[in-house]
Parts: sequence; structure tokens; C-alpha cells
Amino acid sequence: MSVTHDSTEATSGTRPQGDALLQVRDLTKVFDVRQGRQTTHLRALDGVTLDLRRGETLGLVGESGCGKSTLARTLLMLERPNAGTIRFDGVDPLSLSGKELLAFRRRVQMVFQDPFASLNARMTAGEIVGEPWATHKDLYATSRDRAARVRELLSLVGLRPSDADKFPQEFSGGQRQRLGIARALALNPDVIVCDEPVSALDLSVQAQVLNLLNDLQQQLGVSYLFISHDLSVVRHVADRVVVMYLGRIIEQGDTEPTFDRPLHPYTGALMSAAPSLGARTREQIILSGEIPSPLNPPSGCRFRTRCWKATDECATTPPVVQGSGPEHTAECFHPLGASELVDVAP
Amino acid sequence: MTATYDLPDAGTGGTAAGTGSVVLDVDGLSVDIRTPQGVVRAVDGVSFGARRGETIALLGESGCGKSMTAQAIVGLLAPVADVSAGEVRLDGTDLVTASRKQRRALAGPEIAIVFQDALTALNPVYTVGYQLAEPFRIHRGMSRKQARTEAIALMKRVGIPEPESRVDNYPHQFSGGMRQRLLIAIAVALSPTVLLADEPTTALDVTVQAQIMQLLTDLRSERDMAVVLITHDLALVSEQADRVVVMYAGTVVEQGPVGEVFGRPRHPYTKGLLDSVPAGATRGSDLRSIGGSPPELQDIPAACVYQDRCPLVQDICRTERPAPRHVGTDHASACHFSEEVSR
Repeated sequence: MSVTHDSTEATSGTRPQGDALLQVRDLTKVFDVRQGRQTTHLRALDGVTLDLRRGETLGLVGESGCGKSTLARTLLMLERPNAGTIRFDGVDPLSLSGKELLAFRRRVQMVFQDPFASLNARMTAGEIVGEPWATHKDLYATSRDRAARVRELLSLVGLRPSDADKFPQEFSGGQRQRLGIARALALNPDVIVCDEPVSALDLSVQAQVLNLLNDLQQQLGVSYLFISHDLSVVRHVADRVVVMYLGRIIEQGDTEPTFDRPLHPYTGALMSAAPSLGARTREQIILSGEIPSPLNPPSGCRFRTRCWKATDECATTPPVVQGSGPEHTAECFHPLGASELVDVAP
Repeated sequence: MTATYDLPDAGTGGTAAGTGSVVLDVDGLSVDIRTPQGVVRAVDGVSFGARRGETIALLGESGCGKSMTAQAIVGLLAPVADVSAGEVRLDGTDLVTASRKQRRALAGPEIAIVFQDALTALNPVYTVGYQLAEPFRIHRGMSRKQARTEAIALMKRVGIPEPESRVDNYPHQFSGGMRQRLLIAIAVALSPTVLLADEPTTALDVTVQAQIMQLLTDLRSERDMAVVLITHDLALVSEQADRVVVMYAGTVVEQGPVGEVFGRPRHPYTKGLLDSVPAGATRGSDLRSIGGSPPELQDIPAACVYQDRCPLVQDICRTERPAPRHVGTDHASACHFSEEVSR
């Protein structure tokens, strides 16, 4: 099974066109969890397939424990998958080693969630932004080049070049996140994995950082894998969105149709549960129960234990992929109809 | 684009607003913190009233003093912080001047608080049954057996499956959502008049957040409580609260019915916040953010607290602190130019 689709078929007007920069097929990652004498297998990723195109933002949403971070770590080559393939610009990064692997790492960078924990308090802003070059030595030859590039990066993210000598604790939360972004840009990456980049920030500052990420994408053409639990943020930044539940992508598609006409009941419930401004009287779908343990996921469709549309079929057979076209698909036997969800999106 | 949102209920502010009597009256509350650099004021002259059967939200960003206001109300301020001025009247009793004994008698039957982080708020070395039974044993003088029966009934009420078998479990054996339910159960055990909820769903996933908010709303109507919801989430306020108190740099900048305040904000900070919400703008376009960041506690201006970030700032804003003025029924704004904020 596969939800692969040829990106040349893409028709959406605003979306960046072109081949997938990153192709992920049937990616599976299993962790061994020891409980006393027994070892059980936790399938954190169970057959994940997705494409990330050049210059686009792919939103990744899902609740805690759904495998979002494991997926990000695997794409960064911090975890080795047990099965499946990754192709980055035509190359399999899993086959690389030594210098080639180092060159790959340069092209995929990360912005972390917590701007307070992810910056070393004993290094200056300039040292933090320039630290990647300690590993990637060949990028800038002289210390003068490096210092100039640090100043350039700082102004690129909206800080003053003179801030290079300050320590992280002298910056506000929003400015710290700008530093984290400057560090991610230091190696001129093609892809930046943003793991909840604004969830630790206050609303007024969050807007500044989202605007910055948007500007940088326009200027540099970098692709973002944007992980967030905040659906209104994802809707604002993402060109396409994938929804994960218990290690699988259960729905993916262009942002607008996925938010406006979700197919999978889980996506519908997620949209419905997220509070939104000015929607006091809307009907809410409130799911019963919580996400089951990934150590022992339900048979058939993983969502069936919380789904109000589940039938016997859902318990026995893994659901097939259905969709309204290659741009929007979901794994479900009983996708939502147009009349079932009105105005639920945030 | 303006920060005007079409609210179906605009003006009425929900169902219960204005009907209940004021049970919690916070009047000019100020809190000082002693720091090595001197005394700083974290909460400065905060006034609002909470009514029975109503949810009032304290809305603000981190460091605005909303949590410290809640801690001052329930008497749980850290040792370095003191209430320096103001009164907190709960059904006539001033909580600020009340003795420890009086406070203890009120904590539980009259006023209770639900904290954000359920794992640190529960004691890890006692079973949840023991902790749920405590209010009944201390305030109602029940026997262990009676209190245990009450605890099980309470667990059932807040939606914990199989309470009979889980009553002897420890907090770490519950999920985040279940722990939050347990905390709520302890807080509502004695049906308090006022329930404060300090970011009760911030640590939870959205589907669980929806369940917890539903539970709080049901309990509020069932027990006719006044709920004070402390949060930074505008959307949550829009959906859950009847009235909202917007705080900035330790002061109340605007308050009123949610429909009115969000539909036609009369303080530039409220408007700035509403404009920063991604849902209000189209995808990919620039969000209208507020420039700069909130002042540090020791640098809060003596005149208008918002002057450094305000688009409407004039000379008077740098010399005189605006007093809260009525700009509508039950709607007040502390801005010299409140008429000019929306349109």
C-alpha cells in the first residue's frame, strides 16, 4: 500500500511545484521496551510515506506520542529506521558514511522547541550561531569570514550584528528563538525541521517569529517540516499538512481542503476540539478516551477505539486509502461526508 | 484589516453573565516581590469580580501577573512575595487579612484552585484515593471508609474509568488528562463557591483539553460555582468565558463581556493580541505582530504600561497612567485613547 502520488500532477496554484526533495516510503521505527523480563516492541513509526518538496512547508500535526518527533529524528539521521526508504535529492542518506554523511547533515538542520534549553548559557550569541562550523570546518576558511557571516546571519533573523557578544540570557524568548533559527541557517540547509518552534512563545512574539520564518523561506527557498500541535499556526504556515495518529499518517493533503473538508474522523475531531476565536456556538465533537498505548495499538484501524463511526470491519482489516484526488487522502473505511462537518476548522 | 470578529453572541457574553451575585470581589490587589535588586511590583491594583455560575477569564502573556493574582487570592504566594495593597472579599470575608485558621477553614468548602501541572500538584507518595479523601476527612470529619466511598464517587463523576480498582493507584499510574481530572476532583470535592483554574489544559493535547473544559463547564453549572480561568489562550477564552480581564505588565488594561471585548476591543494591547492570532489572517501572509516585548518587572513605566509598544502612543501616555474608564456596559479600558482603538 502506498499513498504515493506524482508531484507533477499537482494542480494547486500557489503551491511550490517541482520534484520532491525528500521522499519517505514506508518508514518504520521500532523501539524495544523492556518491562521486567519481557521485551515488547513499540512501533513509533509504522509505515510512514510522505514527500517534502523544494521550498514548501509541510505541516505535521498529531497528539503527543503519535510519532512526530521520532519521524523528525529519523529524517535528521539521529535514529536508524528498521524498514523503509528515505531519498534526499536522489540519494539514500542511510547508505552514507563519513564525509558524505557529514555533507548530508549540513543540508538538513533543526530548530528546537524550547529557546531557553536549546542555547548554551556559557556561549555568546556569536559562538552559538557559528558553532556548526566547528564540525563543518571547510565552509568558511578564515575566522574573519566566519565573523562576517555571523553578523550577516544575525541581521538576517532581525537581530543586531552587535548582539554577537551577548549571552543568551540577555535576550527575550522571541530573540532567543531567532538565534536558534540563525544557527539552523548557518550551514545553508535545504530543509529545516521546526519542532514546535513557537509553542514556548507568547502570542505577540509568536507572530513575529512566524513572519520571520515566512520571510526566510521567500528569500532562501528553504523547505520546512513544521511540527506543531497548534492547528491555527499550521493552517497559517503550511502548504500541505500530514496528520499522524499512533505512528501512522492517517490523512494528508493540501492545507485548505484538509482543514476545510477533513476526511478522517480523527482529523475532524482534532479540528473540532481546537478552540477558535468567535466560534462559541459551534457543535464540537468531543472524543471519548485518550490515545491508546503505542505498545499495544488497536487491531485494524488504530483510531477505531475512539471513533464514533467504527464498524466491525474497522477492527479486523487495516483501512484502505481513500481520497478526493492525489492531493488529499485518508486511511479510513468511513470518511467524513461534506455534511458532517461544517465550520469546525480553527 | 481590523480585529473585529463576528461573534454570534456578541454583547450578551454567554448565558450566565450578570445574573449571579458577585461572590469573589478583588479590589485594588497589589503584590510586591522582594528581589536582590530591590522590591518590584508584579501585580498592580488589579480589580475584578467573579459571579456565581459564571466563568471569568484572566487573560495575559507570561509574566503579566495573572498567575500571581490567583496565588494571592488563594493565599499561596511564594515567601518572597507579599500582598502590599488591596482586598480580596469572598462572601464578605477579606482573605488578605484573614488569619491562617480562617483561611484553612475556607480552603476547600469556599475556594479552591486547579493547577496547571497535575504531576507536581499531586503528592507522588500517597494513593489518589487518599488525596481525594483528604477534603472529606479534614473538613467533614468523615471516617476513612466513608471518605473512600466519597472519593470513588468523585472519581466516577470526573470521568475516571473503573474508579473502584484505580482508587488505590498512585498519581504516576495515570495519564496527563486523568491526573488533571483528579486535580479537578479534589478542587470541587466540597463544592466551593469559587474555583480558580490556572492554565488547567495547557499541558494537554487538544482532544483531551476539550474533554477537560467540558467537565469544568458541567461542574460549574451543577454546583453553581464561580470559575476564574487563568490562561494565555484567546481562543479558549472566546469559547469558555463569559467575561474577560486582560492583563499586561501587572495591571488590568481592559475588562468586560467576552463578546464585546473581542468583538470591539477598546485597548490597543487587546487589539494587538487579537491581530496576532493566525486564524485572523490568510495563509502565508504576514501576521500583524506587536513589536518589541513586554517590559521586565523592574522597568515597568510609571505612566501607561503599554506605551513602548503602542501604535497610538501620545505625549500624555508617557506622563500619566490612564485610569480604567467605562466604555460600555460592564466594559472598562485603561487607555487614554480607548475611543480610537477600534475604527
